[in-house]
Amino acid sequence: MQYMLLIYGDEKAWNDMSEDEIKATMQAYGEYSKELAASGAMRGGSELAPVSTATTVRVRNGKALTTDGPFAETKEQLGGYYLIEVANLDEAIKWAAKIPSAAFGSIEIRPQIET
Amino acid sequence: MLNQAIATLHRRDGGRILAGLIRRLGSFDVAEEALQDAYAAALECWPRDGVPDSPAAWITTVAQRRGLDVLRRNQRLLTDSETILAALAAPVDDEPIIDAAGLADDQLRLIFTCCHPALAQSAQVALALRTLCQLSTAEIARAFVEPEATTAQKLVRAKRKIAQAGISYAVPAAGELKERLAAVLAVIYFVFNEGYSATDHDQLVRPDLCAEAIRLARLLVSLMPEQPEAKGLLALVLFHDARRSARSDVDGVLIPLEAQDRSLWNHQTIAEATALLDSAMLKMQSGPYQLQAAIAALHANAANAGATDWLQISALYGALLRHVSTPVVELNAAVALAMATTIENGLAWIERIVATGVIDSYYLLYAAKADLLRRAQRWPEANDAYDQALERVKNRAEREYLLRRQREVARWIR
Repeated sequence: MQYMLLIYGDEKAWNDMSEDEIKATMQAYGEYSKELAASGAMRGGSELAPVSTATTVRVRNGKALTTDGPFAETKEQLGGYYLIEVANLDEAIKWAAKIPSAAFGSIEIRPQIET
Repeated sequence: MLNQAIATLHRRDGGRILAGLIRRLGSFDVAEEALQDAYAAALECWPRDGVPDSPAAWITTVAQRRGLDVLRRNQRLLTDSETILAALAAPVDDEPIIDAAGLADDQLRLIFTCCHPALAQSAQVALALRTLCQLSTAEIARAFVEPEATTAQKLVRAKRKIAQAGISYAVPAAGELKERLAAVLAVIYFVFNEGYSATDHDQLVRPDLCAEAIRLARLLVSLMPEQPEAKGLLALVLFHDARRSARSDVDGVLIPLEAQDRSLWNHQTIAEATALLDSAMLKMQSGPYQLQAAIAALHANAANAGATDWLQISALYGALLRHVSTPVVELNAAVALAMATTIENGLAWIERIVATGVIDSYYLLYAAKADLLRRAQRWPEANDAYDQALERVKNRAEREYLLRRQREVARWIR
């Protein structure tokens, strides 16, 4: 099954990190991605630019309404994702728990609907 | 008569049969429906052809065939599921089950799937009662005082999540077993406690839920005899259950432990629980259920309230706090400390818990405070604390008890 691992965290906390901490986290992400790829479960993934760069579009009555900012203002923001393919939820949970941000933010696991 | 026989069969073997069907068919819903179909078929065939030598095997075989028929019909929609494809490819086994080890595995799988932490605990509880204990949706709804539609929806959602989120039908690997077993034990203990001290209820005890929890705990111990915490939980619920008939008077008013007539305790059950706890502790792997059972054992085996070994109980609560440091455990530890040392020590601890405000809605916090103040003969303060407890209590038996105590205290104020 394929699962999206959505990485949520407080962007402010991220901005408050020292350069060394950021470097260590980035390195941890690099190692995680390598391990995930080596296992054969990796189907995609990326870090996302901060929500300050987000644009939201809605089409109503055929008209596109474009607004600045994310869909919803929340305490934790979507900061990146991985798409993985594993046998079951338990394995997805195992990979989610290994994402470096899981130690301070949260990882939402969403199964893909199989068609 | 036949209806009765099938109901008994369902109650006794339904969980085992269903566990195997779910594994082989790969779906809770298909398995449940197939089992119902098989019971209907039995009602039709048995009067004509006679009751088979092994009714459970007959039911399993018929249910499995029906289930596979349903899956074949739906095959087009289900081509992506490996379990189902494997089930379809496998030849229909006319003599399934009867393999004890395989049966136990299926039941364990079902327990761990029902109690998967990715499901909300209320859904875990409903699913466990439905599939492991064979309670009907209506019975579960009654037990938790909620509309039947709510329970039904909870079950539907849980089963859908199991299928869509890919919750595996498996016993967790050794590395995760401890954590996952804790979730299973929590569900069983929750069911027991709901039965033992029913909130919002006129009756203090709903014995049905207690019996179901004990049944589940026994099943788990039989399936995982090497797990000391499973034995600890069974011992704990048995210790509580042994005191059931002594816990309330003829008017249904709560009787506290120290005032209970100990001859009403079920000493056979206490002996069984004590033996279970002893055998669990031989493993030397301490855990929260064994510690709570050890505390219950000290109460259960004291000849009278005055002979209670509060020093040891207080020490056990200290150990328990290292496993579960919740305010509720802390409250119990504070009471034990008061009984083991001085009332002032216990009251000081309770004041610290009150100050945090974390469990302010918990009536027992103020009931415990009131009780210690009463023992210290600080009557006006005790009276106030009973007021605070009464504002928060929901169960009638417990309310009557608090009112009775408050009247005793009030007599000293006048």
